Amino acid sequence: MSTESQPLRVLIAKPGLDGHDRGAKVIARALRDAGYEVIYTGIRQTPEMIAEAALQEDVDAIGLSILSGAHMTLFPRIIEELRKRGLDDVVVWAGGIIPEADVPTLKEMGIRAIFGPGSPTSETVEFLRTLKTAVAQ
Amino acid sequence: MTSPLARTASADELAERLTAGDRLALSRLISAVEAGREDARRALRCLYPKTGRAHVLGVTGPPGSGKSTLTTRLAAEYRARGKSVGIVAVDPTSPFTGGAILGDRVRMMELHSDSGVFMRSMATRGVMGGLARSTLDVVLLLDAFGKEVVIVETVGVGQDEVEIARAADTTVVVGVPNLGDDIQAIKAGILEIADVLVVNKADLAGADRLVADLRGMLQLAEERVWRTPILRTVATEGTGVAELIDAVAEHRAFLEGSGSSRQRRADSARRQVRAIVEDRVQRRLERLTAGAEWEQRFASIAAREQDPYSVAEEVLGEVARDGQ
Repeated sequence: MSTESQPLRVLIAKPGLDGHDRGAKVIARALRDAGYEVIYTGIRQTPEMIAEAALQEDVDAIGLSILSGAHMTLFPRIIEELRKRGLDDVVVWAGGIIPEADVPTLKEMGIRAIFGPGSPTSETVEFLRTLKTAVAQ
Repeated sequence: MTSPLARTASADELAERLTAGDRLALSRLISAVEAGREDARRALRCLYPKTGRAHVLGVTGPPGSGKSTLTTRLAAEYRARGKSVGIVAVDPTSPFTGGAILGDRVRMMELHSDSGVFMRSMATRGVMGGLARSTLDVVLLLDAFGKEVVIVETVGVGQDEVEIARAADTTVVVGVPNLGDDIQAIKAGILEIADVLVVNKADLAGADRLVADLRGMLQLAEERVWRTPILRTVATEGTGVAELIDAVAEHRAFLEGSGSSRQRRADSARRQVRAIVEDRVQRRLERLTAGAEWEQRFASIAAREQDPYSVAEEVLGEVARDGQ
């Protein structure tokens, strides 16, 4: 076994039809600066495309950025596509415009964390740092 | 439905499932290889006899020349011709933070829903030369998985990142018009490794001039049996891609017909063996000379209490012993 620690690999994806990718790019940049390998997929990704990218890139975590309001439809389908591919152990979190009322349901379906508008990027970095420690153990 | 695969799965198990066509196992074995895991090396040893069937195509050129877009178009065209395709896209790691943004998938959207394509992004993790440390091993895994064509896209290169020629059967060097007077972007080293030259963005003014300059440089070059063709493409529109694939096929036929294929792969093997040894010695050296005790020794060398030559001699002995 190697003793070197491997950089965490993270997928940043934008499911659905909104084209506002500034938030996703800001997070991608912040994670890069925190030392992660960030695979950025761009806008208008289907659940199949996101799960497929996660499989081929062997990522530890997926960040979903969504502003269109379609999260209650798209997120369950993404989780389902991940399961289909045996990717049950990939951590999924989300950011964007997600009403407080939807949060409990989303967490129940397996979205581990949700960062709303105005969240400092350091929160996401910290969330993933905890994750990395967990992976290492 | 793929059955779950524990992240702790042994490389042997991964290799076995890879051979059976399991894409998740392929993906996880790539990670194990990238991490330099001992058991992954063993798996590579076992898989090696199953490889050598894929045609490995290198795509290199300066940043912004259209390598990703061209790679996507090439993959789509190979798929249209019924070939299964693997892609390895290399992007740079930040030398300051160790992080990387791997953005090649953005331009490869149209391939994402095609299960005949497997695409992996790699960060250079501090290695110079245009490829990552284990790019060759990843190519090998895609080959073992049964991909008929493997396209390796390098980081945006300058003038002497020529490592790709070691990994590829056919090296495609992509240039674009107007990067500087007199083909600044593709002179010396990088021009010499080209088996096929591509002038991308050929719809821009200046393309004719670049083609003429390249032709001039090729005429000055030493006479070789293979005559490097110069092709024009507009990758965003797919123009010239079919012709490019035909040129690659011609190069492949030339390699096989002239016996240079064997020579070329033997050269690659020589360099690969050396690279593996260097890599392992490097990792061992880093491990052997780490820690507080070594910091003290380095300080005492700096204070002229010891000399670096004797210490190096001693380390060399230990590196060799450690390898037994």
